[in-house]
Amino acid sequence: MPFIEIKNLRYEYYQPGCEDESSPAIKDVSLSIEKGSFVAICGINGSGKSTLAKSINGLLVPTSGKVFVDGMDTADDSNIWDIRSRVAMVFQNPDNQIVSSIVEDDVAFGPENLGIDPAEIRRRVDDALTQVGMYKHRNKGAHMLSGGQKQRIAIAGAVAMRPECIVFDEPTAMLDPKGREKIMKIIRQLNSEGITTILITHFMSEACQADRLIVMKEGQVYSDCTPMEFYSDGELVKGAGLELPPVIELRERIRQHGVDIPSTVTDENTLIEFVEKYR
Amino acid sequence: MIRDITLGQYFPAGSIIHSLDARTKILGTLLFVIELFVVDSFFGFAVLATFLAAIIAASKVPVKFIFRGLTPVFAIILFTFVINLFMSPGRVLWHWWFLTITVEGVRRAFFMAVRLVLLIIGSSMLTLCTKPIQLTDGLEKLLKPFKAIGVPSHEIALMMTIALRFIPTLMEEADKIIKAQQARGADFESGNIFRRGKALIPILIPLFVSSFRIAQELALAMEARCYNGGGGRTRMNEIHFARRDALAGVLMAASLGAAIAIRIL
Repeated sequence: MPFIEIKNLRYEYYQPGCEDESSPAIKDVSLSIEKGSFVAICGINGSGKSTLAKSINGLLVPTSGKVFVDGMDTADDSNIWDIRSRVAMVFQNPDNQIVSSIVEDDVAFGPENLGIDPAEIRRRVDDALTQVGMYKHRNKGAHMLSGGQKQRIAIAGAVAMRPECIVFDEPTAMLDPKGREKIMKIIRQLNSEGITTILITHFMSEACQADRLIVMKEGQVYSDCTPMEFYSDGELVKGAGLELPPVIELRERIRQHGVDIPSTVTDENTLIEFVEKYR
Repeated sequence: MIRDITLGQYFPAGSIIHSLDARTKILGTLLFVIELFVVDSFFGFAVLATFLAAIIAASKVPVKFIFRGLTPVFAIILFTFVINLFMSPGRVLWHWWFLTITVEGVRRAFFMAVRLVLLIIGSSMLTLCTKPIQLTDGLEKLLKPFKAIGVPSHEIALMMTIALRFIPTLMEEADKIIKAQQARGADFESGNIFRRGKALIPILIPLFVSSFRIAQELALAMEARCYNGGGGRTRMNEIHFARRDALAGVLMAASLGAAIAIRIL
């Protein structure tokens, strides 16, 4: 059985005043995500990707349909803390998810909620801070850190709960390129250690690092394949309302000029390789 | 100026004062405040100021850092000083038009100013030397006995943690809003006090709205991290009374005794 199983998920936000016209954020989504995989979820604003993310750990309960985590139904209240301790979440705004003023106290917040023994919490907090490279900042005030550092603290807070899966909801959207690169490195590292990773992102370069790319459009799964397959198909990318990464855009234009350029060209290296061979 | 407020900020220095139990420090601060109102002479203040100076020296917090925290409240101190200076009846020292300074006024003005300064420095020592989480843990434990009569000790402590955590965030937010309004030609620096007060409304309303948005996001993040109320929670750093706390307690009791003695004698 897959780790996460979504069956005919539908979710409607309650909007006062427009009850008759319900436009659900998610219409009908069925997915399964295997343990240990690295899945990216893309889509334009309002495509339902964030709603999907919040449905996975029971922050949002399906209007209809079912979400199972490790066989547990998220709609069942008695499962909810079990599910959330297994599926941690990192949000977009680093400022608004840090609870405590001091770095290590914030990282300890999750494990404290789980009622873990103090000595064990200490161990987990130190491990988590080391993993995100923030151990030497453990006694600092959260407000003294940069955006990227705050986001690393938020990730450490999730890691300290020792979850089996982490859902990242656009974790790099508010960071500069440098901070973004560091966060992605940490995410890849965590995935290689066996944590099931679900990354919601706007950035093509980040989506390309996943094993599997799910593209959402108007509350439905628009495409579900490897990033390579998705970006090989220019029409598919445009249909999702997404922009082609510059290399792919270039490839498509070269193709329009009658050059037989293979779809395996997806990044700078493969492009340079092709151009050198073509000459 | 908005960044200068040290009130409610922790200064990591690792001194003996820092390592005291938070409960000791909370009670100590409370005692110090009481003592400030018990003594009624400049001699008493001198004794208390020496006591406070000793604590500051032991805490290893730079004096400059402490005094920087005074600048934002300087206006309040000045206001109390002026009011007391001109409004006290007694032996006339100086008189011009409607302004009268009396001997009692001068004495009282200095008296209140010194009391206020000591009060602010004394209470900011608590937050400078105590991690916010220990402060709230201490408060939670101190309030626990009152849980029986319905005091929500855990909730109060958590609210304080979050309030302290979000002071800098909300200040940044306010800074952003002020700059956005200034960029559109808002004027906060001219006109009389009423006009200036009115000019604050376009800052306060967006700040209020965004604090609700922040609260909602934070609540979601806390839920995602399995926050489920105070029941069944553990703490990474359990706080414990140690021998140094007993020693501090003796010192505190002695200072209270001294304050009462000065008052009576």
